[in-house]
Amino acid sequence: MTSKLEPVAFDEMHAPDGSVRSAYVALANWLDQVPKDVLDYRRREAEYIFRRIGITFAVHGQAEAQERLIPFDIIPRILAAKEWSRLARGLEQRVKALNAYICDIYGKRDSLRAAVVPEELVYRNPVFRPEMNGHKVPHDVYVHIAGIDVVRIDSGDFYVLEDNTRTPSGVSYMLENREIMLRLFPELFSNHRVAPVESYTDELLATMKSVAPATAPGDPTVVILTPGIYNSAYYEHSFLADKLGVELVEGRDLFVKGNVVYMRTTEGPKRVDVIYRRIDDDFLDPLVFRPDSLLGVPGLMSAYQAGQVTLANAVGTGVADDKAVYSYMPQIVKFFLGEEPILKNVRTWRCREPEHLKYVLEHLAELVVKEVHGSGGYGMLIGPKADAKTLELFREKLKQDPANFIAQPTLALSTCPSMVEEGIAPRHVDLRPFVLMGSDRVCIVPGGLSRVALTKGSLVVNSSQGGGIKDTWVLDR
Amino acid sequence: MLSRAADNIFWLSRNIERADALARILDATHRLTALPQASAGTTNEWQSAVATAGCVTAFQAAYDEANERTVTEFLAFSPANPASIRNCLETARSNARAVRTALTGEMWDVINGAWHRLKNFDGRNMTREEFARFLAFVKEASLAFDGSAFRTMLRNDAYWFSRLGFLIERADATARILDVKYHVLLPAKERVGGPLDYFQWTSILRSVSARTSYHWVYRESVKPWLVADLLILNRQMPRSLASCYENMSRYLDDLAQFYGRQGNSQRLARAMLTRLDNSTMEEIFQSGLHEFIGSFIAENNRIGGAIAEQYLV
Repeated sequence: MTSKLEPVAFDEMHAPDGSVRSAYVALANWLDQVPKDVLDYRRREAEYIFRRIGITFAVHGQAEAQERLIPFDIIPRILAAKEWSRLARGLEQRVKALNAYICDIYGKRDSLRAAVVPEELVYRNPVFRPEMNGHKVPHDVYVHIAGIDVVRIDSGDFYVLEDNTRTPSGVSYMLENREIMLRLFPELFSNHRVAPVESYTDELLATMKSVAPATAPGDPTVVILTPGIYNSAYYEHSFLADKLGVELVEGRDLFVKGNVVYMRTTEGPKRVDVIYRRIDDDFLDPLVFRPDSLLGVPGLMSAYQAGQVTLANAVGTGVADDKAVYSYMPQIVKFFLGEEPILKNVRTWRCREPEHLKYVLEHLAELVVKEVHGSGGYGMLIGPKADAKTLELFREKLKQDPANFIAQPTLALSTCPSMVEEGIAPRHVDLRPFVLMGSDRVCIVPGGLSRVALTKGSLVVNSSQGGGIKDTWVLDR
Repeated sequence: MLSRAADNIFWLSRNIERADALARILDATHRLTALPQASAGTTNEWQSAVATAGCVTAFQAAYDEANERTVTEFLAFSPANPASIRNCLETARSNARAVRTALTGEMWDVINGAWHRLKNFDGRNMTREEFARFLAFVKEASLAFDGSAFRTMLRNDAYWFSRLGFLIERADATARILDVKYHVLLPAKERVGGPLDYFQWTSILRSVSARTSYHWVYRESVKPWLVADLLILNRQMPRSLASCYENMSRYLDDLAQFYGRQGNSQRLARAMLTRLDNSTMEEIFQSGLHEFIGSFIAENNRIGGAIAEQYLV
């Protein structure tokens, strides 16, 4: 069913007149020549490699599929050097603004006094951490690692869809996708100048070391803290520990004594200076947050507040990445940096405001409605795809708890050529580049994780909802 | 390294070795029970297999009778038996996932590959031929695992913990075979059985894959006291108690040197090695083979505990 509500998407390979955009010329030629069975064979090979390496993810609430493979689309997505450099500048600006905002919320609160953001969005936010009030983090860095989800709409311009400032995942896919592509299609790389992404792990380690507490020794000890093998991103945690050459610890491997964090090793206790934690604030320390957490470390917050250990990302960064705060990002960028935002925001109606709610209820069938704190594509309404019953259900939800929702127009995400059942066809994509912020600089490796909605017409790219991934090439000229 | 990582590596190797030992026991038992009654004797070999695997109580809780079907199911596939071959391989993969960063890519490939292949064997209604293929698969997996560890791991603490887990399990497995079958190995005048025992002796050798080795070492027909010598004191034989302790003692010393201090596990292992070195089969028979084996099993457990206490918690 096609309806007039489905806007025409920007295709990244083909211009509307059918000609091939310049970044894609070499790929288009290659696709014309390569036989279909060769592509099929390589796709199966890629799947085999994924399975063998054990690159899997877990889906919540699906016990039988405890470890699932993510579909890998072997056709790369290509960005021209100019497109990327503008995007990268925008990302750097965005993350600096997010960091300055969080710093302000737990510090002077100028932005609240100036009414850039309504106070209740902070104080009534369940992930606001009063424990962080007045706490000074090393080098004022809160958001050491950010994953900014961007999409291209209308004329191909980049829009930010979501800021992830807590524990964004997916970077291992960015790196593994490239490794697999290099193995499967060496000939394609020889006729493209693709900027490498492999320095990401070195940059990450350097970033972590740069934010070590002042009390740490000259060469600080960095660890990655994982919830364990049952976590959906466990593969990524172990992958990163391996590439960084640091220990992958669980909560039970750490203990706190005299406000110093130690890990239990075969040679006795060893001091830990920087923890790249991949568990949520709630579970970090049962003495401060959820008392039933078995994943955390009793006393960790006390060591943190005493400045004896750095947590990355810092505690409390969630105040910047919910979808209500998102809608204020253009003002936040201007307020803290005095610059015009380079990356646009998607138009957002905040249902907490009666005028907006009214509009949303009247236009529900055209809009996408999201929970303010939702993620992973769960609990979301896609108006044009929903039946009458679902619409009614959401209408009730919205009336009952409007502050919990925002709405956005149904976006015509850009499309890229993708390999699907019937051959090569355009499919909708988004992009998550990863931004690192250390003591003295911001680093963005040229690339990111492109997610693709492999079902025809679908706009949902989340892996938990049947989305796939593809390698993302940034051409270096 | 992290104590938890060392613990997982230690148990990873133990679990693989245990799966391998179970496969060999089942293989030998299948062979022995395929003989006509007159040659196989009257003992219930399936009962013996359960005893050798050290899980009599758990077995009796799950089944009334020990026969080919129940024992094969229990030792190879049963989810109710935490030490079944399937559970050993599953646990080994969990151990491996928990310490992926301490393993080489090759080792992970072997374990992960075996875990995927394991799904092809559902354990229900398998023909003897299918079951033989399953046992061959388990043995191949353990060979590939040890081979990948030997060829690719750095010679540091991770490697030594992996070898220690393997050796302690291996010593335990050999000792348990002896513990269940000691009576057929007693010198002629004390022997309980008759000439039928020949098949029992070769079966013991088969359960440690040592039929050929035996002939290379002793160059004579199978004699029960020589079988005992091969499995207990002969250092050429990699599954003998003496060989296991020679290597354990060496790896524990490597660890002590690496970390710059030694402890209880080093002392206990060295004492056990000395004891084995100073023993002869005559003395062991004289003071009681069964008692000797019983005390070995207990001491081996104690040394496992000492390693855990010193490094793994």
